[in-house]
Amino acid sequence: MIVAEPKPIAEVAGLIKAAKHVLVVGCGECVTVCQAGGEKEVEILASALRILWKIEGKDGTIDTQTIVRQCEPEYVAELGKKLKDADCVLSLGCGVGVQFIAEAYLDKWVVPGLNTKFGGGTVKAGVWEERCGFCGDCVLHLTGGICPIIRCSKSILNGPCGGSQDGHCEVNKEISCAWQLIYDRLKGLGKLDLLDVIQPAKNWQTSRDGGPRKFVKEEAMIE
Amino acid sequence: MGVKTVTDKQPDAAGKTVGASAPPGVPCSPTPGATGVANAVGATGTATGAAPDFTPKIVAFCCYYCAYSAADLAGSLRLQYPPTIRVIEVPCSGKVDPVILLRAFEEGADGVYVAGCMEGDCHFLKGNFRAKKRVQAVKKILDQIGLGGRRLEMFNLSAAMGTRFAEIATDMTRRIEELGPSPIRPEALAARKAAAGAKEQGEVKTR
Repeated sequence: MIVAEPKPIAEVAGLIKAAKHVLVVGCGECVTVCQAGGEKEVEILASALRILWKIEGKDGTIDTQTIVRQCEPEYVAELGKKLKDADCVLSLGCGVGVQFIAEAYLDKWVVPGLNTKFGGGTVKAGVWEERCGFCGDCVLHLTGGICPIIRCSKSILNGPCGGSQDGHCEVNKEISCAWQLIYDRLKGLGKLDLLDVIQPAKNWQTSRDGGPRKFVKEEAMIE
Repeated sequence: MGVKTVTDKQPDAAGKTVGASAPPGVPCSPTPGATGVANAVGATGTATGAAPDFTPKIVAFCCYYCAYSAADLAGSLRLQYPPTIRVIEVPCSGKVDPVILLRAFEEGADGVYVAGCMEGDCHFLKGNFRAKKRVQAVKKILDQIGLGGRRLEMFNLSAAMGTRFAEIATDMTRRIEELGPSPIRPEALAARKAAAGAKEQGEVKTR
C-alpha cells in the first residue's frame, strides 16, 4: 500500500489560509490503513482546524467527507454534492488522490494534507516500513523475496558492501543489512547458488525514465 | 445505541456538587457521540468561588469500572468538589477517541480529562494505556493549534478512590482557572470581535 504521513497542522492551515469553505476529503484505502487519511484522521484534522480558525477569529466552514478511493474517478465523482459549496479541497489521500480530485474538479483549489512517503506495509501496530520502490523491474525472485533496491540503503544488486556489520547497515545500526537477510533466507531455502550469478547494472529505464509511466490492459478496457 | 441519562446526581442548594456531577439531562452513553459531548459542554455550571466571571466547563470522560464508580463513592462520602465537572460515562477509558476529545473543546469546553483505571488494572487489559497514548497525541494537537495541551489530562484511579476523584476534579478546576477560559468560548470570540471592531474604528478616526 501507499504509506503517507500527515503534514504538520500549521503547514496545512497555511495551505488553506485563503479559503472560506473547505472540504476535507479522506480516502478509504491505503491511507486509512496507515492511519493518515481515513475517516477518523479526517475528523480529527477538521476539528483541529475549526478550533484554530475560531481562535484566529476566522469565519468559514470546514466540512468532511471520506470516499472509498480517491484514485478512481467514479468514487471521486461522489464528492460533487458537498464540493459544490467548497472553494478549497484538502485531500488526505496520497499524491495520486490529490491529483485525481484536482483533475475532476478544475474549478476547485485542491491541496494535500499528507506527505506521501513510500510503498510499504504494517510491520506492527502503528509502524509502517518501506518495501517497494516501484522500480518497474522486479528482482525479488533472485533475492529470496527481499528487495535489495529498497531495503539495501545503497540499492546494490551484488551485496553485501563492506559496511555490513553484525547483520546491520553502516548507514544506521537500526537498519538490518538487506544482503545479510538475503543470504540467510537463500541459505535456509538451499538456494545460495543464486548468489553466484553476478547481476548486471540495473536498467532504470523501467523506473523514472521517459516521464510518467502507464500500464494498459487491453482486455480490461470497455471502450 | 442506548443512551442513559444521569438525573440522580445534581448540585445541591449550596452550589456544590454531591456525587458524580453530571448535570440533569446529560446523556451518558457507552459510546459518547458528538451530541453527548455538546450537551455536556452546554450544561450550566455553578460558581466555584474563584474568579466571579469565569466558571470553567470541564468534561470528564470517566471509565465505568473506576472513575465513574469513584464518583459515586465520592457522593456517598459526601465529599465536596467544584460543580465544574461534566461527567460522561464510558465503558472503558480506551473507548475515548481523539475525535471526541477535540469535539469537546470545539463545543466550548475549557478543559477535558479522561479518568481510567490504575495502570495494570484495566478491565479490558490495555484500554487505559491506549487512552494515555491518545491523550498525549491530542495534547500535541492542542499545542499546535494554540489551545494548549495543559487543558487536557489523563488520570488513573480505582473505584475505591472517591477522595481521589474529588481531588482530581478540584485540581483540574484550579488548573483551568489558572489557564483562563477557552479562547473559543462564544463570549471570548464575541469580545475579540468587539475589540477588533473598536480597533478598526479607532484607526479610521485617526486617519
